[in-house]
Amino acid sequence: MSPAPAPVSVAAPARTGWRLPTIKAPYVFSSLITLILVVGQLKFGIVGGWERMGAALGTALAAELLLGRLLRGKYPNVLSAYITGNSVVILSKPAPGILWPYWLGALVAITSKYVLTYRGRHLWNPTNFSFCALLLIAPHSMSLLSHQWGNDVVTWFVLGLGLLVVQRAKLLHISGTYAVAFCLLAGVRSLLTGREWLTEIGPITGPMYMLLMFFMLTDPRTVVSTRRGRVIVVLIIALVEFGIRLLPQTNFRGLDVLLTGPPIFALGIVGPIALWLELRRQGAAPARAPQPAPAVA
Amino acid sequence: MPAHPSLKPAVTVLFCGMLCSAWWLDRQRTRNHVAHPGEEQAALERFGFWMHDVAAEQGVDFVHQQVTLDPQIANVEPHVAAMGAAVAVADANRDGRPDLYFTNSAFGSDNALFVQQPDGTFRDLAQQAGVTGDNGDGEGASMAAVWADVDNDGDEDLYVTKWGYGQLLRNELVPTGQLTFTDVTQPAGLRRWMNSNSALWFDYDKDGLVDLYVAGYFPDELDLWHLKTTRIMQDSFEFATNGGHKVLWRNLGPDAQGNPRFEDVTERMHADSPRWTLALASADFDGDGWPDLYLANDYGPEELLRNVQGQRFELASVGLGEDSKSGMSVTLGDTRNAGRLDVYVTNICKNGYLYQGNNLRLNGLPDGGKLENVAADVVADCGWAWGAQFGDLDNDGWLDLYVVNGFVSADPERDYWYDMSLVATAAGNVFEDTRNWAPIGGKSLSGYERSRVLQSQHGRRYLDVAAAVGVTDLLDGRAVALADLWNRGVLDVIVANQKGPALIYRNDVAPGRDWIGFDLTGAASNRSAIGAQVTLRWSAQDGTEQVQTQIIEGGSGFCSQNDRRLHFGLGPGARVSQATILWPSGREQVLTAPQVGALHAVTEATP
Repeated sequence: MSPAPAPVSVAAPARTGWRLPTIKAPYVFSSLITLILVVGQLKFGIVGGWERMGAALGTALAAELLLGRLLRGKYPNVLSAYITGNSVVILSKPAPGILWPYWLGALVAITSKYVLTYRGRHLWNPTNFSFCALLLIAPHSMSLLSHQWGNDVVTWFVLGLGLLVVQRAKLLHISGTYAVAFCLLAGVRSLLTGREWLTEIGPITGPMYMLLMFFMLTDPRTVVSTRRGRVIVVLIIALVEFGIRLLPQTNFRGLDVLLTGPPIFALGIVGPIALWLELRRQGAAPARAPQPAPAVA
Repeated sequence: MPAHPSLKPAVTVLFCGMLCSAWWLDRQRTRNHVAHPGEEQAALERFGFWMHDVAAEQGVDFVHQQVTLDPQIANVEPHVAAMGAAVAVADANRDGRPDLYFTNSAFGSDNALFVQQPDGTFRDLAQQAGVTGDNGDGEGASMAAVWADVDNDGDEDLYVTKWGYGQLLRNELVPTGQLTFTDVTQPAGLRRWMNSNSALWFDYDKDGLVDLYVAGYFPDELDLWHLKTTRIMQDSFEFATNGGHKVLWRNLGPDAQGNPRFEDVTERMHADSPRWTLALASADFDGDGWPDLYLANDYGPEELLRNVQGQRFELASVGLGEDSKSGMSVTLGDTRNAGRLDVYVTNICKNGYLYQGNNLRLNGLPDGGKLENVAADVVADCGWAWGAQFGDLDNDGWLDLYVVNGFVSADPERDYWYDMSLVATAAGNVFEDTRNWAPIGGKSLSGYERSRVLQSQHGRRYLDVAAAVGVTDLLDGRAVALADLWNRGVLDVIVANQKGPALIYRNDVAPGRDWIGFDLTGAASNRSAIGAQVTLRWSAQDGTEQVQTQIIEGGSGFCSQNDRRLHFGLGPGARVSQATILWPSGREQVLTAPQVGALHAVTEATP
């Protein structure tokens, strides 16, 4: 992300008595992803080798510092790169024995912020772009975390904590709208496909959706500026994902690659278009500051 | 430092370069794969061996029939029931020619015992020998079989493991002279309903009698033909702990009537596991003199149960617990010619969806280290891999790998992977209930995969030469076993395919490559010599000193058992200095300069 995240507070001061500590949103989100990483590693060994973490995180931080300094003349805040690096570690499940999807995935993600821009804003959530690109370009090497982490209460604890964080960051309307839309559309898919509703809902209980809902969908630099606009965009994302998930019902196999990460591709398609349209509409005027700005994945 | 927006075009070019690099690196993953179909002469010259299927011409016309389960789980039956093709090799009639036992699974279908005839062809004598498996309602469906001389009387007995009641079939060749078997399951104390895919013979207490370890897959209380619930699946995609029990039966020796007797010592020996075990192997991994147990678990991490002086088993902390995959098969081999046994466990890979990767774990336990996974490239990615076996297929002195794969080959145009991903991502209590699984119908699930023949490049890496050496079948392989079927000094390959014909790949090796074989008979140790290790030392033609260790196993791979005779390839111009036999009893026996190009029959020396 180009400028430093806006320093907004997550916890509103209580009127009287005990108050939640005031913490800047980017720190809360980076803490949350750290927690997911640490808990996932301790409980399920999700990192799968510290060299992976070193490759992704190291590359993301170095690329952010270098590109920020070169292209914008100052060292940027690296929290967003930190979140990007961690997201790459958690979500990437590449072919065994190869390390390059970690460092190259992180490098593509960070560089995309500086290259794929329109009116000074990058259009794609960096991690989202990186995953979409690698799934399309390197299908023999790349896959996403597409299964659950055990069946443990810890998973639900992280989910609950994540919801609390997005609620206090005043972003629950994004994550919440998506979750509700996903569940309702899962019901429609169930009617159309004959599968159980629980089957269609299943994916949202997995860790990939935690990262999607808590980090990617809420990325302040790639969401539209108004609350109403965000709700509409996230509904469209859910609808596109709905369509992708119906591809197997058709006889068209040409887009089956999208089935390897339906929500990732849905966000990758809808998000940039929405932002581009908004920026275009705003014309040459400076982009309206996003509200509030938690973090980027 | 000022900003340099003028650099943006350069960064953009670099960005495009990154994407191109990803594309290029992705293509590099196939560099250790020889894709073009080969011809015999070219294969012999370039790779040193050539294989072709001779099953039909040798009289092996076995076709596996899949079992039908309770209609309540019909939506997932093609998936759930897609096991049961197994093969085990032994010289059942003691004529010096390996025989083959294949399991069948459909109710009413018969297992097959193909006995080799003097002309090298095979005849199915299962009916007259009484080893058809009794696949049927109330008895269950055969899943695998393992041979061992249970009563040390000089012939190989057979245990058939089932989803149902397993069977111990005593070979009556000694003393009757007839190849007939008697079902001694009940008097032996082994009649118990289990849903097991794997069984293993090994002598855990070194008393000279082989003991039996049977691993449950589905929970024991399930009768898959009369279900009371549809909640029969794993309670987690990655860390399932609701699998069938494991049972360790200690061999007490024969009773007064000559029937083998067994005692369930699972609890006393702490040998149970709640995992969904699909494959077993045993060896003394840590070098303490006691055979340990290795469990390859589906939907969970592998487990090493360390044998503590024959008194109990302990779950070892050797870096396996956090590496959860879908263990299908476990096979042991000295991959680096280092004189110790490494472990190869197969798993699942599917482009875009799931890259678990097979594990090739180098054994550092004798040095106080761990089992370090070094699998990469073609070793790691064999598709939806099932059975695998190490063996020196080209007689060059290095162990190669044969891996069979493919899960459900149905409609090639319709794929179940997306449907599978829906429940795979769901919380465990969703996954556990088959009602939540989309009907698989006629869809394929990692079907039509080609088998892999991974040729060792002097232990440094492997090259997939399957197509180039004639292995081109796309059947749903399950079990693979290796044996020198026609006593030619080469390893042939026997494959049991799910819902498909058995294959026998006759292996022809380029001339001039030496070999040596060992046919061991225990005395103080169990007579089958299961657990015996042979460490061979030889000088290669280039003067390098080589050492390789092999072990006689009471079951290995997935639902398979190799010939008990050990085969060492040596390469051209080899000179063997010595063979050291470490018997299960703990005794060591050294053969000095045994002759190359011969099978050495060795009986355990007793003091």
